[in-house]
Order: sequence, then C-alpha cells, then structure tokens
Amino acid sequence: MTAPLRLSTDRPICVAILAMGGQGGGVLSDWIVALAEAEGWAAQSTSVPGVAQRTGATIYYIEMLPERDGKRPIFALMPTPGDVDVVLAAEWMEAGRSILRGLVTPDRTTVIASTHRAFAVQEKERPGNGIADSGAVIEAGDVAAKQIVSFDMQTMAERNGTVISATLFGALAGTGVLPFRRDAYEAAIRAGGKGAAPSLRGFAAAFERAQAKPSDTSHVEPVPKASLTPERTGHPDLDALLERIGRELPEQAQGFARAGIERLVGYQDAAYAADYLDRLQPLLALDRQHDGEAKHFALTTQAAKYLAVALAYDDVIRVADLKTRASRFDRVRREVAAKADQIVYTTEYMHPRMEEVLGTLPRRWAEAIEARPALVRALDRVVNRGRRVRTGTILWFLSLYILSGLKRFRSSSLRHARETGHIAHWLDVTTTTAPRDYDLAVEALACRRLVKGYSDTHARGLSKFDLVLAEVPFLTGRPESAAWLRRLKEAALADEKGVALEGAVRTMHSAYP
Amino acid sequence: MAERSFAREVEDLKLGAGEIFRGEGILAITKALLQSGVSYVGGYQGSPISHLMDVLADARDVLDELGVHFESSASEAAAAAMLSASVMYPVRGAVTWKSTAGTNVASDALSNLSSGGVMGGALIVIGEDYGEGSSIMQERSHAYAMKSQMWLLDPRPNLESVVKAVEDGFELSEASNTPVMLEVRIRTCHVHGQFVAKDNKRPAFSLREAVENPRRDVNRIVLPPAAYAHEKEKLEARWPAAVDFIKARKLNEHFGPAEGEIGIIVQGGMYNNLMRALQYLGLADIYGDTVVPIYVLNVTYPVIEDEVVSFCLGKKAVIMVEEGQPEYIEQTLHTILRRRDIQTKVSGKDVLPLGGEYTAPVLVRGLEKFIETHAAALLGNRPPVPSAATVLADPKVKRLTEVVPPRPAGFCIGCPERPIFAAMKLVEQELGVHHVSADIGCHLFSILPPFNIGATTMGYGLGPASASAFNVPAAKRPISVMGDGGFWHNGLTSSVGNAVFNKQDGVILVVDNFYSAATGGQDILSSRADNPRRLTKNSIVAAVRGIGATWVRQIDHTYSVAKMRDTLKAALTSTEKGPKIIVASSECMLNKQRRIRPLVAKAISDGKRMVRERFGVDEDVCTGDHACMRLSGCPSLSMKETADVLRDDPVAAIDQSCVGCGNCGEVAEAAVLCPSFYRADIISNPTGWDRFLARVRGAVIGALQRRREAQRVEFVPAVEA
Repeated sequence: MTAPLRLSTDRPICVAILAMGGQGGGVLSDWIVALAEAEGWAAQSTSVPGVAQRTGATIYYIEMLPERDGKRPIFALMPTPGDVDVVLAAEWMEAGRSILRGLVTPDRTTVIASTHRAFAVQEKERPGNGIADSGAVIEAGDVAAKQIVSFDMQTMAERNGTVISATLFGALAGTGVLPFRRDAYEAAIRAGGKGAAPSLRGFAAAFERAQAKPSDTSHVEPVPKASLTPERTGHPDLDALLERIGRELPEQAQGFARAGIERLVGYQDAAYAADYLDRLQPLLALDRQHDGEAKHFALTTQAAKYLAVALAYDDVIRVADLKTRASRFDRVRREVAAKADQIVYTTEYMHPRMEEVLGTLPRRWAEAIEARPALVRALDRVVNRGRRVRTGTILWFLSLYILSGLKRFRSSSLRHARETGHIAHWLDVTTTTAPRDYDLAVEALACRRLVKGYSDTHARGLSKFDLVLAEVPFLTGRPESAAWLRRLKEAALADEKGVALEGAVRTMHSAYP
Repeated sequence: MAERSFAREVEDLKLGAGEIFRGEGILAITKALLQSGVSYVGGYQGSPISHLMDVLADARDVLDELGVHFESSASEAAAAAMLSASVMYPVRGAVTWKSTAGTNVASDALSNLSSGGVMGGALIVIGEDYGEGSSIMQERSHAYAMKSQMWLLDPRPNLESVVKAVEDGFELSEASNTPVMLEVRIRTCHVHGQFVAKDNKRPAFSLREAVENPRRDVNRIVLPPAAYAHEKEKLEARWPAAVDFIKARKLNEHFGPAEGEIGIIVQGGMYNNLMRALQYLGLADIYGDTVVPIYVLNVTYPVIEDEVVSFCLGKKAVIMVEEGQPEYIEQTLHTILRRRDIQTKVSGKDVLPLGGEYTAPVLVRGLEKFIETHAAALLGNRPPVPSAATVLADPKVKRLTEVVPPRPAGFCIGCPERPIFAAMKLVEQELGVHHVSADIGCHLFSILPPFNIGATTMGYGLGPASASAFNVPAAKRPISVMGDGGFWHNGLTSSVGNAVFNKQDGVILVVDNFYSAATGGQDILSSRADNPRRLTKNSIVAAVRGIGATWVRQIDHTYSVAKMRDTLKAALTSTEKGPKIIVASSECMLNKQRRIRPLVAKAISDGKRMVRERFGVDEDVCTGDHACMRLSGCPSLSMKETADVLRDDPVAAIDQSCVGCGNCGEVAEAAVLCPSFYRADIISNPTGWDRFLARVRGAVIGALQRRREAQRVEFVPAVEA
C-alpha cells in the first residue's frame, strides 16, 4: 500500500428548517442555498414535501461548504441528530419537535424560532383547554440548545406585509451564525424577484431584532388574566356596586366580583348585579363559619366567579344585544382590517329552534305550549331552520334590536326560570357539602365550567355537569374527594362524547372500597 | 392548470452546452431527457416526480421546437403502454410515475414490453417513495426489475450522476433491447444541486416517420410461440448484452483504495449517506476520500458477477448496504460467491436493520458492528460520533413527547372537501356509524382527527370496489369515497362500472375538486379550466350515467353542508337498489386562490367593485366549547386566550388567512352549533349606490344604537387589544 491517506476534518455547516406546509420553508431554503452559492460555497438542500405540503409538519435540510482543490463536498441528504448547527423553526411547537428529533444539541446548535403558535387539531378539538404547554419547550430548549434566538416572527412578518420565511431569514442573518455579510442575504432575496420589497422590510426588522439575541418567552405564556373593571366609574349605581364589593367581600374574591358585576350590568342591569352580590352574602357567611379565612376564602372566590357566569347564561336576547352594539360593528371592521373607503356588512349564521323561542316567551305561555307536543312540533317546523341574518341592513337590524329589547322581560321568561332552578340546585349542593367537606364544595362550584355552548352542545355540557355534580354526595367526606371531583371535571373536558368522563367515574368508584 | 407556473423552470430546460444548471433533481432529469434526444414523454403525476410532468406541461415551446411529444397519461398503465412506440421504431421514450404504487398499476404493460423487448431506448423514471415523507406502502420497485428482467439504475444522489444515468439508461436500453428503470428516491428528486448542461437534441427518427411507415414483426408480440422465444432471448442475448455494456462503460464505480481487508458494496442512491457514516467513523472525509474500498452499484439490476467477484477476492469480508426489504442484492452476492466457492464473508442485513431508511446514524451502527468483527484495527481511536442521546435522555426533553402535538398533513384552508366530511359527521350523528371505504387523494385526510372517517384504502380509484363485498342485505349501507383523480384513473370502470354491473347497494361519493389536487393540481378530464392542449370539462355525472348508473346526484357547491347532509341521508335511505352516486363538486381552494388572487388584486387596483368575504367569531358570544373545530380542523379556525377572568377556556378565533369559504357558518347553521360566527363582506371600490345605501343604513342603525346606549347604564367597555 502507498502512504496512508490523510483525511480532511472539514465539516459542512448544517441547517435544518422545521416548518408547516404553506409557510414558505421552500423559499427560505432556496434563499439560503442561493446565498451560499453566491458567496462561492457549494450548497445542497433537500426536502420531503409530498403530502406534507398540505399543512403538515415538514423539514428542509441544507448543507454548505466551499469546494477544496476543485473537489465538491459530498453532502448528506438528511440531518443527523447531534450534528446540526442551526435550526430554524417557523413555529414554537416545531421548535419543540426539532429538540425531540435530536436536532438540537448544546455543543453546536443555535435555535432560531418564532414564538407564535399555530394550534394543531389535537389542541383545538378538546372541549376544554387543549393548548400544549409552551413552557415545556422553553425548558427543554434551555437543556438542549447552545443558544436560542426567539421572538414572534409571524406577527413581525404580517406587520411588514410579508411571510415568515422573510423574518426567519432576517433572524438568521442577525444572529450571525453563518459567515456571510448582511448584503449577501439581501441580494439573495432580490435575486428571487417577486415580492422582494416587503420581504426585505421583514428581513430588516427581524435582522435588527435578532442582533439583540432576544429569547422572548413572554409571548408564549398564557395571557395574564386580570379584571379590567375600573375602581370608579362616576355613575352612582355602578359606584355603589363597586363600593359594596370593597366593603363586603374578602380581597381574594374582589377581582372576580368586579368582573362579575361588569358582566351582569351589561347583561341585564345594575339591579341584577346587586342581586348577584346579595346571593354571595350567605355563601360568604358559610365560608367564614367553616374557617374559610384559613383557606383564602376559596368558596367565596369560586362562587364570585361562577355565579356571575351562571347568571349571565347565554340566551337569544344576549346574542341579539351583543350583535347589535356599535362597538361590535367597529370591532368587526378592525378584525377584517377594512380600510376607511371599504364598506363592511356582516351576515350572522343563526339557527333558532322552538326551544329558543319557548325559552324567550313568558313562562306561563311557554309552559302552556310545551304541554302540547304536537303544537311544538308544528311550530318547530316553521321556526327550526338556518337564518342568515344581515345585521347591517335595516330590517334585520331592527329585528335583532327588538329582540335585544326583550331584556326587560327576561326575568319572567321560561329560560330564566329553568336557569334559576338549576342554579339553586347547584348552590344547594354546595351549601350542604361545605360544612362536611369544604374543598369538595369549592370544586363543586368550579364544575360550572362544564356548562357552555348553545343548543346540543349546551345540552351535552349540562348533562356532563349534572353527571359530575351527582357524584358530590358520594364523595363527601371521603379522602381525596376534591381531587377526584377535579379529575372528573377534567375528564369531562377531554372529549365531546364523555367517554373519558365515564371511565373516570368508573375508576373513582373502584378506587373507594 | 397546475397549481403554480413553472415558467422559470422552463427557462432551465433551454440551457445550452457549457451552461450551469442549478435546481432540483427531478428537473435535472427532465433536462437530461431533452439532452438525450427523447422523442416522447408520458407519465402520471405524483410525489416525488410531479415536477417532471408539470414543467413539461408548461414547456410547450421547447418541446415543439425539438419535436417532442408530451402527454399527461390517464394512468401509469397508459404511460407504460405508451412505451410500445419504442418496440418497432428507433425512438427514445421516457415515462415517469410514483413507485411502487404506480409501477403496480403499470406492471401489465411493463411485462409485455419487456418480454418483446425494445428497439429504441425506453426509460422508466420511478420516484421511489420510500422512507420519511412517503405517502404510500413501504415496498421496493426492485422486484419489478427482477421479475420482468428490466434493468434498474440507482445513481448516486447528485445531479451529475443522475443526469449521466439518464443518458446511459437510453444507451443501455438500446444496447440490450430492454426497457430500463431509473430509480430516484424522494430526497434525490428534491435535492438542489448543479451540473454542466449540454445542448438539447432533436430526435434523429421522428414519430411522424414512424407512424407514416408502419412496421410489424410478429416475433415481438407476446403470444406463443414468440413468448417462449422472448424468455430465451432475454437470458441468452439481452442480459449478456447489458452486462457487457455496463462493464464496458463502467457504469458502476469504485472509490477508495484498490485493496483492503474489507469492502463495502452500496446502492448508488445510498452513497452520500454511506460517506457521511464513514466520515463519522473516521474512515472517510467530506471530499470523498476514504480508506475503505467501496464498490458503488449505479446499476442495481443486473448485478455484474465478474465485478462482484473481483471486488470480493482477497477481502475477508464485504458488507452490502441495501435499503429496504427483501435484501435482493445481498442474496445475489451470496449466490455468486457460493457458486464460485469464494470464502469472502458477506454481511448486510445481519448488522443493518431489515427495513426502514438507512440514515447516517443507522449506517454508523451497522458499519461499526461489521468493522469490529472483521477489521477492528481500522476503527483506530474512534472519534466521537455525533449523538443527541444525552439530550434526549433529559427529563425536560423527554417531557416534550407528551407536549408537542402531532401535525400530520390535512385539508388546506378553505378546502371544499372539509364540508363534505362535516356533513358525513352530521349524518353519522343521526344514522349511526357506517363502513366507509376510502381511496387515494386529499380526501383521505378524512381518516385523521377531527373527522376520523374511513376504514380502508385499497388503491387509486378502488374505493367503491373495495366496498363490493358488503353488497349484502343489511340495515346499513356502506359508503365509499373516491376523488375525481381516482375516478378517471381507474374508478369509472373498476369501481363504478363494477358497482353498476353487480348492482352494488351502497353509496359512492365522488369528490370532484376540478384537479388532480393531491399531486399538485394538474388538469384531468373533468377539470373546468380551459386547457388549449387537452380536452377538459367532461362531466363525471354524464360518465357515470353513461356507464349505467341511475341514482345520481350532483352537488355543485360542497360548502352547502345542509344540502350535502340531506343528500347523503337520501342516498343511505333510498329504496332504490344499485349504487347511489353523489358527485360533490367545488374547486380546490389552493388552486382557486392561486387563480383568483391576482385577478382580484388587479380588479381592485383598477377601481372595480369587488366583494371579499371573510369569517370571524364574536368573542363574547363564543363559549369556548370548540364544537366548531371538531367539525372543521381548518388551519385558519384557531383559538385565542382571553384576558377575561371569568373565562377558563380559549375561545374560537379566525385568523387573517381565512379565505371566506363559508364552511364555518354553514356548519354552525347545519349542526345548530352557535351564533358566534359571522361572515364579513368587505366591499372595495363601492359604487355610488353602495355608498348611498350604507349611509342610509348607517344613519338608521346608528340612531338606534345611540338610543340604546343612552338608556343603558354600563361600565365603559374595556379597551380591546
């Protein structure tokens, strides 16, 4: 054999792009290759678009290295875990996916990620809150990455009239992980032609931002919940209510109570809100009796929250009111980004059934009709159909306007009677439970979360609520009772049909001998 | 027309000798066909070879100038049959499709073609859809080459090698009178690289000459006794001719030292990954230098015995790097060495995984085992191999497996197929769950959440045929779904014809989106676009009636969820026997948007009145139950958290990407969900009448609103973000 071969230790720069179909990952990948080639490097990109183009998660992979003595480097066609220099993630959970795939390691990987979220179907389809924990990605990133540069590149792109590929490219340049100058990046965008101007704007914005090496995490945390209700309004009725809250309720419950009266005043009137505060009084007394102070008045606090929600049940009158407000007309214009010279009309998709009509009628009339099922069926055939309500036209507006004006008769309606009865039962369960099992009573209040939606969805929610609440007597006084009720509630929110709830109830019963 | 224009790529096809082609692998192949003097090209679109078809469809001037005939074949079988032009005439032809799915469809014609043999070069470019990103069953096309004795090229995955393989392939085909398959993997099709172009070549013998001077030779037709002669000819003439050509032209390559204790035999397509693995093991570098002898099979069938023998002789052991299963080449190596009693050990799938992609880390593990056994000294002091094992073992990283949601491909924003499956969900709620036979196409995304509809998929256009066993008296009818692509590919005869003939008592739902949408939006027979080179606008309804179906309903707006639901219910409950066929038509939104967006933008800037529709959600009406999402899954229908302390769950929200398809409103209405959705009609460049009406309405409504505000005692609405 001849003299031993001297192998080169050169390695390419390896860049992986994790994106979703339709985000322009291919464009970004082309820019990076064009950039490297223009700078005299050899570069190769690969991808597996296929059906992943249709909104699925996909990876683009790029390697680059200058030729040596006329020899073109041999590039790999896919990223190797532990051997990636830069990960560009076009969405926050995709950054998480890159870590899971082993593409991010602390010895070499810079992660450049947009902190915005595009929710997956799995997150959206749950009746409760199925949003994945963004914090978990932050924590994992701290372990896995050499450095993370993250901010909301989606919003930045939208503000600059471009798409996220441009801001990711800007962030890549601004981070300075590739040995190329800024103008070389910009030349690559210009060479791409179409849409270069907005792309360059987005690029520049992200470039500036990335130079500061931000690692924004605030954006991915849940929105902080805060009562925005003012302390004083200048209106005597409202200020009286606010003042009552300050005087009567423990501090822990005041935030919810303020939000509560705000919702109820808007829903009905100040008297209705005052009634709500009245109803809290016996609950607070009960709370004090059972050493609530030591438990931070949890009972009163939960009651302040969920009683307000329960009293402001979603009915036709409320919907008509919300749809006809001037502030709503303005909001729609903002949401659809209408320009001043454009005219905007909305069409509402309503599907009233006889149930809604009966619910709105005075209780006696409604019950008289209800007692004649044949009549109800006949009327339902007339009423029960989808209606496209053009709120911006005078006749339709007037119909909704009149409907919302029925507010003053609300307290005599069938729906109000039913809701009141339901609330009374719920509070009854709470007050009888509290003396024997305080924590369980608090959880029973929180079960109100299960009641939501309209028509069938509402009925399903209500039946789950009833199902869960029915377990309260069984649980009262047992060890872990509150935790079990919470588990049941969470199970009820896990799927639509209540499969998880059924299972949880069975497990609970088998857990207690 | 295809979902995007390939005008820029067409320019690349015009490059002349010495110019540098920069672009995708599949486009390089397209250019190589023209450089090779191809006379005709056909094929059926599908990932990863769609772009070959798309670019040629847009390259009319280039093709006309060269006298090349290009055809979008009705199926892979039609494409394969097209190659018969090369049987009697010295014309080069190439066809392409996704494999193994397409090769399955084409195999009847391929068997006949390879039995009789060819005179002109016949090249079959197969996009081997295997490994990550694949959308089909994981099989190898290799078996087809072996069973029909067609030669199989598997070039190294760089553009120079792939282009050379096209040119070599035609010559090999002509030298051995045998069709040649060129296998390119997904990533190779999409790899960006470069090569030095040559001038395009006009075919020496034109198709016109051929058709005007017909020739025949009964010995080329597959019928006894010629069929027996073909087999003999394959083994005794064509095979040796191919071997001679491959050896003489050195189509297979050697890298590394000539001698060594061990050696590696590798499929050409696996070469880059192998080199990266050797680099990690310290046995090669990025520029291709290596201390291990490597024999690269750019031709994986036939295996050249002499070359194998001379490579193995003197080596203690060789390893065969062969992706996919079964390990046909490895078995062949054993046979060759055993027959000659050569004692070199053959390794392969004893140390490498039987199935799955051979990525660099997979190869590192296998090669390490192989070398440890046979030449441990070579591994030296072992540089650390890149690994993410430590990171992945960290509990904080492990937790991500439960956090990061899966994100499979799904229906696009505003997809017209979404309301069809929403309607099916509603029918399911009323009439119970039905057996649903699915098919191939975008509509197969129905099997995923949130719809979870569809039990089996048996092949393109075979959805209804795969429900045919259920043609028995029963309280429920089976439903089968088929796209317009599958319908024209095969479904009209194999599924609808079959159902009519056998009086199949089931529901057939044909999803018609005006394109072969899943493969990139190519035109098909029922496309509604004008296509100067094709005859479009052929009605699916007329076709099924023509074949004998009687219960046929056409829904020309799939977004009418209630109508869709009622039609499905009618089909499921009708007393009529035989197939109940529903043709649900609306244009693929991806293509529609590409088509109309520039038109709308231009109309607006020209001052024309335009109405844009968008959907929205009234946040305070939404209760956060997400029932709408369970009937949609649209990417633009998302959620947002609110700052309201009284709310626990995020509310629905529609983002700027909404195209106003109408599904949200229709579903909310048909399923009686909730009144949160609104459609906003945004009128640009309103007419005088528009402005007048808006003023009047605004005045009346404004007055009423002010009146109500004045009566109302309320907290000033919180400032909205």
